[in-house]
Amino acid sequence: MKNKLILSITIIFLSFCFVVFYKGLNNSNTYTPQINDKKNIPIFKAKDFNSNIYTNSEKIFEEDIFYIVNIWASWCVPCRTEHPTLMELSKSQSVKLIGLNYRDNQINAKNFINEFGNPYSQILIDKDGTLGIEFGAYGVPETFVIDRNKKIIRKFVGPINQEIADEIKLIIK
Amino acid sequence: MKILKIFIIIFLFISFSSLKSNEKNNELKNKILKNVRCLICQGQSVYDSESDFASSIKLIVDRKINEGLKEESIYEFLKEKYGDWIIYDPKLNKNTYVLWLLPLLLFLLGGVIMKKKLKF
Repeated sequence: MKNKLILSITIIFLSFCFVVFYKGLNNSNTYTPQINDKKNIPIFKAKDFNSNIYTNSEKIFEEDIFYIVNIWASWCVPCRTEHPTLMELSKSQSVKLIGLNYRDNQINAKNFINEFGNPYSQILIDKDGTLGIEFGAYGVPETFVIDRNKKIIRKFVGPINQEIADEIKLIIK
Repeated sequence: MKILKIFIIIFLFISFSSLKSNEKNNELKNKILKNVRCLICQGQSVYDSESDFASSIKLIVDRKINEGLKEESIYEFLKEKYGDWIIYDPKLNKNTYVLWLLPLLLFLLGGVIMKKKLKF
């Protein structure tokens, strides 16, 4: 009787371990920070890409509309992939696109915009990547949707595609 | 001459305290960076990593220390941006209680078994 109990407990324990490790094998071992709660936009000062004059978050997000903050760089290949989708999104009247030029050479960035078009109503310079950190980004490209209450409501890591653009259009409707 | 001596002493005192404070800030910065995980090369701490993300975090931590933020406030800032996972030393909360309590439970269970076997 006692031996049977020990055997059952051992089998249950080993099965539990098996399930835990099996589930662990299927999980991705790369951590991606998620946005579960709405977060306030960070308060920051940044240089404007065109005028080279400092501006601040209050001035940038002053209108009562949705904003999309897109982190991009001329050296980033996926940014080229998502650029046509951003150009399409920029046609909407209910949203403004803010570009955050991440750790880039300004001349290369200007050439990029001249070649592929400018979907942004304003571009900010993030020379050392610290502005991206304030937004909670860790790479490029990343896109944030900001609602009328100036809260970050969605975050997309990696290039945005048509499916994501449709989702954004539904949010900003 | 006496005034000059006093000026030199004051100058040396200020330089020394400034050096001491920089050294203290550097120690705190390194301590924090060693406890922050790099999200690009996830096996390394930000202190060891050379990625763009890590160098930006180093700048941010340096800036926050100079702004007078305490160690815990800097961890809170990073956790708010990237979640608890960014810190190597997770605190007890609803997601980590199993991690913290399971070893304690196993330890107690071991103690009970040992007590029964040894009968003391």
